[in-house]
Amino acid sequence: MSTPLKDRFLTQILVMFGREPSRPQAVAPAAQKLHEFKRGNRDFIAEKLHARAHATPSHKWRNRRWATLIVANLLFVVSFYLDIQILEGALTASRFVGFHLIDLNSALQVMLAHKHIINNLLIGTGTVLVLWVLLGGRTFCSWVCPYHLLAEWAEKLHLVLVKKKLVSDQTIDRRLRSVFWVIFAVLAAVTGYTVYEAISPTGILSRALIYGPGLALLWVLALLVFEVFFSRRAWCRYACPIGLTYGVVGIISPLRVKYKLEGCFHEGDCRKVCLVPHVLDTVIKGRAVDTEVPIGPDCTRCGLCVDACPTGSLKFDVKGLSKLL
Amino acid sequence: MSQQKPASSRPPLSKERQQQARRRVLRTILLTGGVLGAALSGYLPLAYAQRQRLRPPGALDEKDFLASCIKCGQCVQVCPVQAIRLADLIDGFGVGAPYIDARAQACDFSCDAVQCILACPTGSLTYHKPEFLAVRAGAGLAAKPILKAKEKDAEPTLNLAERIGVARLTRPEACLAIQGKGFKGQARGPGFKGEMRYMEVDRWKPIPVRDHPYDVPECDLCVRECPIKDAISIETVYAPDGTQRKSPVVHEPCVGCGVCEMICPVEPAAIEIVPREVWKT
Repeated sequence: MSTPLKDRFLTQILVMFGREPSRPQAVAPAAQKLHEFKRGNRDFIAEKLHARAHATPSHKWRNRRWATLIVANLLFVVSFYLDIQILEGALTASRFVGFHLIDLNSALQVMLAHKHIINNLLIGTGTVLVLWVLLGGRTFCSWVCPYHLLAEWAEKLHLVLVKKKLVSDQTIDRRLRSVFWVIFAVLAAVTGYTVYEAISPTGILSRALIYGPGLALLWVLALLVFEVFFSRRAWCRYACPIGLTYGVVGIISPLRVKYKLEGCFHEGDCRKVCLVPHVLDTVIKGRAVDTEVPIGPDCTRCGLCVDACPTGSLKFDVKGLSKLL
Repeated sequence: MSQQKPASSRPPLSKERQQQARRRVLRTILLTGGVLGAALSGYLPLAYAQRQRLRPPGALDEKDFLASCIKCGQCVQVCPVQAIRLADLIDGFGVGAPYIDARAQACDFSCDAVQCILACPTGSLTYHKPEFLAVRAGAGLAAKPILKAKEKDAEPTLNLAERIGVARLTRPEACLAIQGKGFKGQARGPGFKGEMRYMEVDRWKPIPVRDHPYDVPECDLCVRECPIKDAISIETVYAPDGTQRKSPVVHEPCVGCGVCEMICPVEPAAIEIVPREVWKT
């Protein structure tokens, strides 16, 4: 790894905790060359206009992801209703054909509140940790979490209202999520109650799907209303401690989206669709520190940018695998 | 434009930008307050709870139970009579935690092995409490309870160390046994959805209580259907005026499963489970 890439790897961790991305200190010579080439190159601009005219929007990854999310959640529902015991429990904790799976953030809350860890809890947490290290950390958010899907639909509504100038996106300080993470960890340890679990829309929705709806859904509805009329994707962007927990797991994950500087027209379509646009700061003109830049750990690997990119400059990538092939 | 000289190397913010930043801080505070307010309001139901919840068998003491329950509902899924339900928002921090509404559907141990404990991934429901958690006086059972249904098996006991409550004759004036009355018909009427395992019908399949009518000259349904050996019996007792009469009497082996409360044919039930109650001699 080049030094600029190493620096970026570290700053992207800070960016996940809430720091605003900034212009890189150093850029690799090869990338610098590309940046200079693109500056005012007429051929490049002509090529860009041509590609823009012929771009066809793709929903490949979005469709695959929605299908996965729905199937994963339905598997819980079907396992219970048909009593087929494939995936028993809810997203907070479950058993997949007998193997314990325990959500990392829920496990953390229970460990901090109860201060006693039994073997099954440890096994389930360990299994899930390994699973999401392999699959990309916040992949959990966009590929499994049921709130993510509802929030995506609410976001569409929000964007329609924004277009009609009825509402505008009110941004909030991203550092808040890290603050919430600490507050909820401390609350669990001090009060002895799993305080966050009481308001976790992920847990509430998962249980509502499996065991039937309840009043707790009103809280989820309130969050969605807040997102539609006030602040785009507020819960996932600024509040959810589950996202940060899985984000940390994603730091060392081999599965991520990779950016290739060469073909990029720097139009920013990817940043417009992204839940966490701060991870895509590298696509801004002159910001890429190398010719190939892996996207940081806060990325949910949702693939919306991969779908949106007209030049194929953003692609899913497994670290080391491309070298092997 | 701002008249001030820049204090740092950063260019000064325009008035508009400053205002935007201020508003953003306000919004951040708003979201912080809203989320924390919602989260901490979960404490109110605990502080003002009118009625304590009966937790599933093997549950830790309430505070430890709520600390350790991960709210996954695996206990709900294994229960053959669907006795376990998950609490809703009105339970505050207890939202998503399992409880039993004994009058609607009691735990009749028709799973034979307390499956909910087996299913629990965090030890909220447990056969053996960790050593650092004390057993309240009177909560521990003197001996492992014998399950009447398994009495002839090689291992007739339930692996339960503590009770989840104790049955109490809360409305003796309504009790048919005390009045010397019999009972004929469906214990809880034709509309009752509760189920129970009747050994003489099918050991492995619980049936609706309404499909199992009774005809008894002297009501003893609570004693007859109690799944635990020697937990309750009909005894002759003396009233304050010296007259003799029959009455259900609860004994030490009572684990608080709630079958007596469910089966009691008077409305509301004459006998009830007091959740988390201990045995007092």
